Amino acid sequence: MSELPQMPAVLLLEDGTVFHGRAAGKIGTTTGEICFNTGMTGYQEIFTDPSYYGQILVATNAHIGNYGTKRTEVESHSIKIAGLICKNFTTQYSRTKADESIQTYFEEEGLVAIADVDTRAIVRHIRNKGAMNAIISSETQDIAELKRRLAAVPNMEGLELASAVSTKEPYVYGDPHAPLRVAALDYGIKQNILQCLADRGCYVKIFPAKTALEDLRAFNPDGYFISNGPGDPASMNYAVATVKAILDENKPLFGICLGHQLLALAMDVPTHKMHHGHRGINHPVKNLVTGHSEITSQNHGFEVDRSVIEAKADEIEITHVNLNDRTVEGLRLKQRKAFSVQYHPEASPGPHDARYLFDEFIKLMQN
Amino acid sequence: MPKDTSIQSVLIIGSGPIIIGQACEFDYSGSQASRSLREEGIEVTLINSNPATIMTDPVTADHVYLLPLTTESIIKVLEERQIDAVLATMGGQTALNLCVEADKLGIWERYNVRMIGVDVQAIDLTENRELFRQHMVNIGLKVAPSFIANSFLEGKEAAQKIGFPLVIRPSYTLGGTGGGFVHKEEDFDAALRRGLSLSPTHEVLVEKAVLGWKEFELELLRDAADNVVIICTVENLDPMGIHTGDSITVAPSMTLSDTAYQDMRNQAIKAMRSLGNFSGGCNIQFAQNPETEELIVIEINPRVSRSSALSSKATGYPIAKIAAKLAIGYRLDELNNQITKTTSAYFEPTLDYVIVKMPRWNFDKFIGSDQRLGLQMKSVGEVMGIGRNFLEALQKACQSLENGRMGLGADMKEWIRTSDILERLEYASEDRIFRLKDALRLGVPEKTIQKLTRIDPWFIKQIKRLVKMEEQLMRYNVAEDIPADFFRELKEVGYADAQIAWLLRIKEEEVTRYRKKIGIRRTYKMVDTCAAEFEARTPYFYSAFDTENESIPSDRRKVVVLGSGPNRIGQGIEFDYCCVHGLLAAKDAGFESVMINCNPETVSTDFDIADKLYFEPVFWEHIEEILELEKPEGVIVQLGGQTALKLAEKFHENGVKIFGTSFPNMDLAEDRGAFSDLLKELDIPYPQYGVANDTDQALQVARGIGYPVLVRPSYVLGGQNMRIVINDDELERHVLNLFKHLPDNRVLIDHFLDRAKEAEIDAICDGDEVHIMGIMEHIEPAGIHSGDSSAVLPTYSLSVEAVSTMVEYTHKLAKALDIKGLINIQFAIKDDKVYVIEANPRASRTTPFIAKAYKVPYLQIATKIMLGTHKLKDFDIKPQPSGFAIKVPVFSFDKFPNVDKNLGPEMKSTGEAIYFIKDLSDPYFRELDSQRYMYLTR
Repeated sequence: MSELPQMPAVLLLEDGTVFHGRAAGKIGTTTGEICFNTGMTGYQEIFTDPSYYGQILVATNAHIGNYGTKRTEVESHSIKIAGLICKNFTTQYSRTKADESIQTYFEEEGLVAIADVDTRAIVRHIRNKGAMNAIISSETQDIAELKRRLAAVPNMEGLELASAVSTKEPYVYGDPHAPLRVAALDYGIKQNILQCLADRGCYVKIFPAKTALEDLRAFNPDGYFISNGPGDPASMNYAVATVKAILDENKPLFGICLGHQLLALAMDVPTHKMHHGHRGINHPVKNLVTGHSEITSQNHGFEVDRSVIEAKADEIEITHVNLNDRTVEGLRLKQRKAFSVQYHPEASPGPHDARYLFDEFIKLMQN
Repeated sequence: MPKDTSIQSVLIIGSGPIIIGQACEFDYSGSQASRSLREEGIEVTLINSNPATIMTDPVTADHVYLLPLTTESIIKVLEERQIDAVLATMGGQTALNLCVEADKLGIWERYNVRMIGVDVQAIDLTENRELFRQHMVNIGLKVAPSFIANSFLEGKEAAQKIGFPLVIRPSYTLGGTGGGFVHKEEDFDAALRRGLSLSPTHEVLVEKAVLGWKEFELELLRDAADNVVIICTVENLDPMGIHTGDSITVAPSMTLSDTAYQDMRNQAIKAMRSLGNFSGGCNIQFAQNPETEELIVIEINPRVSRSSALSSKATGYPIAKIAAKLAIGYRLDELNNQITKTTSAYFEPTLDYVIVKMPRWNFDKFIGSDQRLGLQMKSVGEVMGIGRNFLEALQKACQSLENGRMGLGADMKEWIRTSDILERLEYASEDRIFRLKDALRLGVPEKTIQKLTRIDPWFIKQIKRLVKMEEQLMRYNVAEDIPADFFRELKEVGYADAQIAWLLRIKEEEVTRYRKKIGIRRTYKMVDTCAAEFEARTPYFYSAFDTENESIPSDRRKVVVLGSGPNRIGQGIEFDYCCVHGLLAAKDAGFESVMINCNPETVSTDFDIADKLYFEPVFWEHIEEILELEKPEGVIVQLGGQTALKLAEKFHENGVKIFGTSFPNMDLAEDRGAFSDLLKELDIPYPQYGVANDTDQALQVARGIGYPVLVRPSYVLGGQNMRIVINDDELERHVLNLFKHLPDNRVLIDHFLDRAKEAEIDAICDGDEVHIMGIMEHIEPAGIHSGDSSAVLPTYSLSVEAVSTMVEYTHKLAKALDIKGLINIQFAIKDDKVYVIEANPRASRTTPFIAKAYKVPYLQIATKIMLGTHKLKDFDIKPQPSGFAIKVPVFSFDKFPNVDKNLGPEMKSTGEAIYFIKDLSDPYFRELDSQRYMYLTR
């Protein structure tokens, strides 16, 4: 029931399941790993979140596009998802502050989407069968052809994607005269992380994924930030090595999402691909240190190994746990000034309950 | 903080009789809270004067006190029971006010009872307008500029400072009573006086009106450790200026970006955490400037509310159940999500569908009332539609309203005069959404509509899509012309087959037949709190035209119970009570029980009452598809009031088995002509009557039987359009009026038995035996609608002969109609002669009242008899009468200051209370009875 011309589109999953719907966005074909996000607000922030690089997103919210798009409400300067699957794609929007419709935005950004499919059936399918690759096409309905093209798409497990979305050149963010300096390793950093740091008196220099420690050090930072990003952390030996080197410095270190997984890997804690990941803005996390709980924004398909962390209890403390499935959501190194969370305290989209973590990072740097 | 083990026994205060602004949503919350506490091994005592509630049933609470909600009653309870704590957040404003009053009198302290859930300071902070305003400003949140006034002069001063338009809000009233907009200076004095006089503290807030700002409500849960979650965000389609209870509301929010929403969420949490001691469910309302997205806080309710009930049904999250657990010390992170059972209760539900709530008004019952919507709530009930998109949910809500609409228009009830329509857009009444579509259909620009209504353009654009689709549809002649894709699209946006048929001017059956032929069928989706992220087993479904069906029918013996739709005058909470018992009895008798209903305020739509719940309109097309999927053994229509009963004919025609009394027999009781013939045959007296098809016939009939006569349309509910007329002129006027409003109807004219006493009997019959449940004598004479009469159980002034005649007639009629289940018979007694006025072959308004008064589970017994699993002889029925029980009608006239408050054949009361007296010397009874004497001698 989208207000679109009657252009058919097809969605094919790796296991052969086919869904027919209507074309939205750019007419074309796109591939990626299918995942779903259950957020009811913040679609544009999700589309532009670099952690979604290479992924086809199923939006579970019934309507997408109602409030249009706004140039400033982005998490990076372009759309990062590989494709969108939704139920009601709404080109007629209403918001005084908006700049354009989602359809215009998609056309400009070249994003292929499919609407009018049973998104709930797709979510149930992924929930049961697990994450898998998928292809959307509004160019051809030839399933055999699409199957061939889908077969060529690599599996997300073992895939290194961070360097593809990382900045090519270092850049700075915030006030150069701010009291604190943070060196941020960009594996797909979200805009709002930088904003949260800048708001708290940090001058941030953002470095490409494969920057050597010496170059980071040259910025003379008070602390290091390890960003979020797409792909399998286990494929990022270069990053694990950098994190290990930073730990040896014993300066404050804060990691988010992929950064959290890299910190774990640097401590020889393995990561695993999850069945279908956590993606949404309603995930319950308990802070085991304070006893308080927080509603968090999440986007990850890999998790850190709980039992190995528990075996290293003298070195690593589990600080946060997911109340739904008890997965590790946060950790802290006992002998280092390093901590990380699996979720997104900067949110955007999502609740601001966990913003205090940025304050804790600031405190660590101030001490 | 886990459960507080020092709390062993809790008193829950109910909300009393149903009035506008406080309806059966508090039966839902009280019942859920009670069950939730009992689950924890806590002894629950309930006090409520409303007998038509599930909360006051022995199935819900350990000890029930059907007493007036006064501090005297509280003392009586506390004298008799060891109570550790009182929970006042489940019974609306009435319970909060009573709790505060008891606190001020030191009652809680004297009996060593703790207030749980909320403390008096938090209540004061939210109820006292000035304290609240100050407090919000102190914590950095914005409120509309305002001044408090405790006197007329102060009020005038405030108005001068603020300017017009402004708002007057009296402190400590519910449902916005006495509040309203004042657009012009000359209207101010009267409005101010009224506001001051209605506030129990003689205090009003004079506030700047933020007309046209968008309005949002957030439902929150907060625990004692300050964890807060937002359960639901509700967007009001009708912007600021119309009471939220009278607004069409939508969830999730349709027009909020994440930045705007998170701002709101942050402010809501900040406000809630600042409230002092509070643990449970609460609600906060915001107004948002549509240009700047600036927010102001409108109000906070530190208790569960109408919107908590709605949010619970909208998300699947049982707010009252969890709120009760929070009140006894649990933290959110210690509890499980009741739907998934495996994930945490500390989370925020996410929807992959849209819900639309529509209020149901009953202005036709309040002749002379101001029908314009404003700050004071005027609706008497509500419905909720669930769909996969906004339009589908909206049209389902329209189909649920029970006002003859088939959806959002396209049902021959459109208006065509632009000037009338534009006026209705500016001055909203109950039909504004329909008029909005009419305007679009007539080509009124969206901008103009937006300017008049201030409704967000997104909603207007959506409705415009319907108009465009209808234009396309009207190009076709027969159902077979409609392209399959387009047909599917029509169904996806909620069009009923009947609407499509009307637009093509063809028969509904033709549309349905072709639709089924090309395979456009409903699928059923689960309401699971989590957009399918986690597996849920809750059997709570809604329909959508989508690919995957999640409702897999079992092969058990099953029965479908039809609910009663929205609350309205003449059909209220009592039928929800009946449905709940019907479901429980069906389960008990080994059936799978399936519920169909669309009223979000009810207990029968709680996800754990029926074995399976379809939250769907009680509308034929929806019912039929559910029946085709579920293939139940039969349906029960006796429990859902006239709504369900009206569908009996459809079931009969379609070969669906009706459990209990057969359709032909029900029809016999409903059809005045045939019924009178039956009475004649049985030698039972009845008032002379006649039927007329036009005014001339009516005059002739009336002269034949003699004035005064009672005039009414042949099928009526709650005495709708019923009048007593005394001469030809009056008759002519009324009959013309009837034909104008109800064309194709016939008019019934009964001789009116002036100054007769009225009585009624509720009985159960199993085809062989008849059991008289109760005999009630009305204090008011015949001519006053039974729903508006005070009924005394048992009779108190009728002769033994009259009573035994009534019993005899009941036996005769029940057998003649081959009743299997319930029957209610109304009698008029004049000069000791007993006349039968009418018979209702279904559960009546008084069945719950009798069940409560006599402590017999009559509805369960009746249901098992309908199902055929039991006979009367299988039950050992032992009524426990104590003195007399009086059913006292309760009115909501304070919402309609100009309305005619005289009682007559048309029902006007919104609710009822039960009052027990030991004997006839009781002063309360004597006062009532003296009024009767007044009636009879008038």
